[in-house]
Amino acid sequence: MRKFVRLTSAIVPLNIENIDTDQIIPARFLKATTREGFGENLFRDWRYNGDNTPKPEFVLNDPTYNGQVLVAGKNFGCGSSREHAAWAIQDAGFDVVISSFFADIFKGNALNNGLLPIQVSDDFLSAIFTAVGKNHKAQLDVDLENQTVTIADTGEQTNFEINPYKKSCLINGYDDIDFILDQKSLIEEFEQKR
Amino acid sequence: MSKTLVEKIWDAHVVKSETGFPDILYIDTHLIHEVTSPQAFDGLRKRGLPVLRPKQTVATADHNVPTINQLLPIKEELSRYQVDMLTKNCAEFGIELYGLGHPFQGIVHVIGPELGITLPGKTMVCGDSHTSTHGAFGAIAFGIGTSQVEQVFATQCLLQQKPKTMKIEVNGKLEKGVTAKDIILYIIAKISAAGGTGYFIEYAGSAIEALSMEARMTICNMSIEMGARGGLIAPDQTTFDYIKGREFAPAGAEWDKALEYWKTLYSDADATFDSVLKFSAEDIAPMITYGTNPGMGMGIKEHIPSTNSQPDKEQLSYQKALDYMGFKDDSSLIGKPIDYVFIGSCTNSRIEDLREVAEFVKDKQKAENVTVWIVPGSKQVEQQAKNEGLDKIFEHAGFQLREPGCSACLGMNEDKIPAGKYCVSTSNRNFEGRQGPNARTLLVSPLTAAAAAVTGRITDVRDLLVEA
Repeated sequence: MRKFVRLTSAIVPLNIENIDTDQIIPARFLKATTREGFGENLFRDWRYNGDNTPKPEFVLNDPTYNGQVLVAGKNFGCGSSREHAAWAIQDAGFDVVISSFFADIFKGNALNNGLLPIQVSDDFLSAIFTAVGKNHKAQLDVDLENQTVTIADTGEQTNFEINPYKKSCLINGYDDIDFILDQKSLIEEFEQKR
Repeated sequence: MSKTLVEKIWDAHVVKSETGFPDILYIDTHLIHEVTSPQAFDGLRKRGLPVLRPKQTVATADHNVPTINQLLPIKEELSRYQVDMLTKNCAEFGIELYGLGHPFQGIVHVIGPELGITLPGKTMVCGDSHTSTHGAFGAIAFGIGTSQVEQVFATQCLLQQKPKTMKIEVNGKLEKGVTAKDIILYIIAKISAAGGTGYFIEYAGSAIEALSMEARMTICNMSIEMGARGGLIAPDQTTFDYIKGREFAPAGAEWDKALEYWKTLYSDADATFDSVLKFSAEDIAPMITYGTNPGMGMGIKEHIPSTNSQPDKEQLSYQKALDYMGFKDDSSLIGKPIDYVFIGSCTNSRIEDLREVAEFVKDKQKAENVTVWIVPGSKQVEQQAKNEGLDKIFEHAGFQLREPGCSACLGMNEDKIPAGKYCVSTSNRNFEGRQGPNARTLLVSPLTAAAAAVTGRITDVRDLLVEA
């Protein structure tokens, strides 16, 4: 799994609520049998017209914005369990997604791929959108070790929560399978006891 | 110590619980399909691991299959490749596959229950968010991502935080024309598309207890649409009667032993939930959604809430949703012409759904402006419908009875709703583009869908039931 420790980056703002995984990657693009290449269809129907020409007004097509941090409205990643959503975001070059609320399955999928989902307060989310509204190149500093996000322009800072186990997985780049396999004998004992 | 039903089942499946770590939870049954499994099988190959318990894993092809001429090669190359990969992977790793052409093939959440694979007290997972369906039997069942599919393949376990618990009670008697689908659409409209996030929901109360197993599946199926990991209902005589005699259900002495255990599966009277909500069945009307998430629903005779009545921060997203749907603030949907009716999906494609629709449309015909697709949830449902002569009723009505699969629920396979068209649908999601790029979905019950099919317009089915 990809490691994550710390990142300072510009922001791609997507101030829409309830962004579901069908928007992140529509089902018709889930036919690949590998994990790579989903980035080109990230937000497909918001990003491209029916004739595959880009919609210039959509933020991912606007060269003003770039960076490895996607910032979105609340209840991000609701809907389908498709891990392809996390793969698509990562494949498009993002390492962090910030929202004021995440759907459970998406959050788990992101963490299992080294894509860091950070939940902040509604107010801090608004502060980020305001900062990037004033300065399109505004930088965020994301520090997993200290569990902080800082808006560089204003110095506003917040802490975020993360399960300590998942935190160590991200910092060390190891995954749940490694963890469980280390305790395989317990599984067999459990099965025999039942 | 008193426990909720979720806690009882959860605690019976914990392999290891350690402070600071998620629990290692044992998984009894793993259901898989073609879309979310190939990368997990690849992962196993890369690690050089087998599927630890292939006999506890069952596969079917559903998301990506055509629903006409299923026995011909799939036309779309990538879909065909994905379905072929499932066949190859199942053969290589020793997993039972109910693929195209098999009499047990169907939507994964329809075949589990009908084959007696889904049982009370089990832990069940699948790389599909609607796995919550199986909770109707008093099982802990939830959707997982592909990395977790690989995890269950490799270890028959999942690392999971114990969820918070919520009880939703619905008491009273439903009005004629109001069904389980309306109950769940009503609950979601009340608590929003995120209102259940972090919770496992137990549905209870007299209105829930009165429901058939298939109706209970419809309720639990849509738990994820309020963000909940899963939903479940304590098993009772309705549950036991449904399971008895099914293909893989326990029989003989095994049945007696299982039944004894199942009867202990309820929330203790003094168990505490993290949240409790109560609703009255009498308050529920036939429901319809008007927006682009399942929380945007209302009684079918109500008017669409105005943008101004939404919280400030949500107005932009709300307006975007109404614009997408082509609807205006404060308008009524009654009488609005529609283009498609889709009766199917893991929410509403079981035999009772088809019977209910058939009973309503018997001797009636669809409106000229509407295309109607009925997609049974499984080969067994399809066969049963034919045995009962429902196919003749649908044919007379001008409805297309197709072959089993996820079909137009998700705009992945060949069945898509054209751009801009309105589809009255018994499925579970009205997201933008869910049924095809720029398609507009209105979620309803099978009965409300049947009414729209016959009139060609959004119709309060209660008005037609009074006439009859």
